[in-house]
Order: sequence, then C-alpha cells, then structure tokens
Amino acid sequence: MKRPMTNPEGAKKGRHYYGHGIPRYPLEELVGKLIVVEGADGSGRSSQIARLVDWLETCGHATVQVGLKHSTLVSSELAKAQEGNILSRTTLSLFYATDFADQLENMIMPALKAGFIVLSDRYIYTLMARDMVRGMDEAWLKNLYGIALEPDAVFYLSVEPQELVQRNLAKNAALDYWESGMDLGLSRDMFDSFLKYQTAMQAAFRQLRKNYGFTVVDGNRPVGSITKELRKKIRALLVEK
Amino acid sequence: MMKTFAELNFPGRLIAVEGLDGSGKSTQIYLLKRWLEAEGIKVYFSEWNSSELVKSATSKGKKRELLTPTTFSLIHATDFADRYERHLLPLLRAGYVVLCDRYIFTAFARDVTRGCPPDWVRGIYNFAALPDIVFFFKADLEVSLNRILEGRPKLKFFEAGMDLRLSADPYESFRIFQGRILEQYLAMAGEFKFMVIDANQNVEKQQSFVRKVVGERINLVRFRRRRPLPLPPPLPPDNKVKETEEDLAA
Repeated sequence: MKRPMTNPEGAKKGRHYYGHGIPRYPLEELVGKLIVVEGADGSGRSSQIARLVDWLETCGHATVQVGLKHSTLVSSELAKAQEGNILSRTTLSLFYATDFADQLENMIMPALKAGFIVLSDRYIYTLMARDMVRGMDEAWLKNLYGIALEPDAVFYLSVEPQELVQRNLAKNAALDYWESGMDLGLSRDMFDSFLKYQTAMQAAFRQLRKNYGFTVVDGNRPVGSITKELRKKIRALLVEK
Repeated sequence: MMKTFAELNFPGRLIAVEGLDGSGKSTQIYLLKRWLEAEGIKVYFSEWNSSELVKSATSKGKKRELLTPTTFSLIHATDFADRYERHLLPLLRAGYVVLCDRYIFTAFARDVTRGCPPDWVRGIYNFAALPDIVFFFKADLEVSLNRILEGRPKLKFFEAGMDLRLSADPYESFRIFQGRILEQYLAMAGEFKFMVIDANQNVEKQQSFVRKVVGERINLVRFRRRRPLPLPPPLPPDNKVKETEEDLAA
C-alpha cells in the first residue's frame, strides 16, 4: 500500500505492519500512538501502565488500554478452553491469534484512527514467546503475526525469575498454572517449574528481540525510577511528530 | 513443500472432497463412507467447521457479524487445528481412512477471495499434511447456484459473502462470491493434483468413479479392521415382524 510522503500528523517514519497486515485497511489514517508494555506477571506491567495513563491523561492525551484475552469474539471461549487445558498447541496458538486480531481491528486500530494513545498490556511478543517455548516454529509464528501493526514503542520489563517468584508469591501467595508453564511438564514442583518456565520465556524474548527490536527496561528497580525512564522515552516519542 | 500422509509414512490415508456449495460433494463423500464401512474399513468422517470447542465463538462471530476477513480466516484455522490435532492425526496414526468434507483448500479459496494474502493463509495451514486424494467436484456455476438457491433459502451473511459488499442483494452477492471461489479452486487444481470430477453427471456415475479411484490408489485390504465390528443386535424373529406389520396395517 502506498503511504503519502507528507502526512500532517503521525507520519513519523510511517506506519508499518510486520508482514501482510490487515487486508484493505489504510494505514495513513492511524495517527495515534501504539505503546506496548511487555513482561511476565510480576514484572510491574500493570502498575507502569496505570501510572502512564495517569500521566498521559493529565497531559491532555486520550488513552485506551488493551490487553490479551479481551476480545468480544473469543475471550470467553478461550478462558473456558484454558480451564480444561484441552487444546493442543497449534489450536491454542491460533485461538490466541484470533483474539489478538479481533482486538487489533476492533479496538487498537479504531483508537489509533481517532488519535488516541493506545497502551497495550502485552502484545504479539508474549504470544510468540509462549508458543516458541512450546516448540512452535518461529517462522510460522512470524507469518501468523504478520497481521500486527508495528508499535511506536515496545518496553520489555525484564525481571529475574527469582525476583518474579518472590513478587508473585507476595501478591497472591500462589503461582499461576500457566505462568508456571505447568502444561509443559518441566517439573511437578510448581516453584521449580515457574523458574524453569520463566527462564525459557526470557530466552525466547531474547531470540525475538533480534527481529522485533524492543527496548529492554530493567524491571528490578523501584517502580518510580522505571516510570521515570518510560516517561522520558514516551515524551521523546510524542514530540517526534 | 508440503507432503501427503502417505509420503510422511502415516499408516492411515486421508481423502478430501472440495467444491462449491451445491456441487454434490457431501453426497458423494457420504456414499463413499457407506461403501468403505460395508467393506469393513476403519473409516472416520470429519466436517469443516465442526470442532465443538471453537463452535460457540464461530457462531457468535457469524451471528453478530463480528468477523473480518482476518478473524474469519483465523477462527476457521483454529477450528481446523483442533480437529487436526485431536482427531485427524491420532486416527491417521492408528491406520484409519479419514474422509474430510472440505480441507485446507476451502480456506485457501475462501480467505483469498475475502482479500487475505495467499501466502499468509497458506503459511498458517502449513502444519497440515496434504490429503492422499482430493476429489474436486466441478459443476457449472449455474448448476451449483440453482441447487442452493432453488428454494430461495435465507442465505446467511457470511455464506453469501455479504461482508465483501459485492452487492446489496444477498442472492446476487452469493453468485459473485461463489464465482470468485470457483476461480480460486480452479487456479490451484493443478498444483494440488485435484481429481476433477464432472459434477454435472448423475450421482451414480460420479460415485462409481470415486470408488474406482479410491480402490486403485489405496490398498484397502490394509485398512480392514482386524476383528469384524460387533454384530448388530439380532432381529426379532420373522413371525414377530409380520405381526407388527399386521398390527400397523390394522
């Protein structure tokens, strides 16, 4: 698709899809900003997003928050399927991709068109990393998620698995089945499985970073100093246009 | 390059039928199934869009017209993957002859007609092996259309391709949509070695050709059940049957 060279707003380096994208959707109209915060449960994603929303809205920017498993189309079915743990890996992968595509087309893109700042609590990278850890082919995933818009910024909150386990237990006094990768049979001991799984996830993120260059943010630091760093980077992004 | 189940050394074989709605393919695969069952072959039949798990999401999406070409494509791929991983693969490992009413080619034809890029769609389905035989039922477009439209049925939104805004009239939209799908099918017939069947012929003629091809291409003896299926419950004695008939007549 042809992009106009001079776009009054948001033309930056122009919008791109990672691959083929969504059929018949004019990209030049997507004048808002797409900011993604990635990281494991306990990496401080939600706190950072809440703080960023606060700050952005105070500054007069309209924001929208999106996350995984929130689509009208398949979210309830997906939750049900996950409860029973009955889906095979390709099926689960495609189910998540459907959920993502639905939100991309029905929430993210319309909001960008309306000039909103979209804060995405995770994006395709978590989905791809999870699938890679489960043995799915990276090239297959790259093609599948070629529908995705390239965000204006991706911040990956990197936290050591040992620290993640402490944070999760302090918060819930329990570890999540999926965040511990229990379906993989890495260990029958949940604590052990959590550490192994999160270590594998970090390796998958490192692998993905080669193709999807995102900004790694040291999430082991205090909440405030992370926010400060994120604000600084986002501010630079907002003046670019 | 994708391979067939035979090329991948699966003990089972997969036969797929493809064609437009109203081409008579479902009738033909049903008759094929009856024949194989009567021959004592281990056979399993699977329909497009029938995974229990994905069904509620698909029907919601269709009813509320929530689907875009991309999500339409992905949700059908999810449905296919679920059937493929949970049913087709294990059955093919166990030496079944699996019959599929529509296979990945339906997605290739429909999704591309809806505007999805061909290599994106094909890439998604590349986890699936190719069928050992694909029968493509090729009827004149008008014949298929008339079979479906004869009774002026209420066409569903996506079935008629209304999402493509080809025409405000569902019947006209359906005609254009089916015509484009047929083009897509014909364009890949050579590449995927479709056995093209003239679906304008009568049912019996088509079926005897289908059975002939299956008999030639697949060594059916290998797919017999080792032990025959349990016998059906014994029929009531003759005189009893007669009584019932007389009763009914009375």
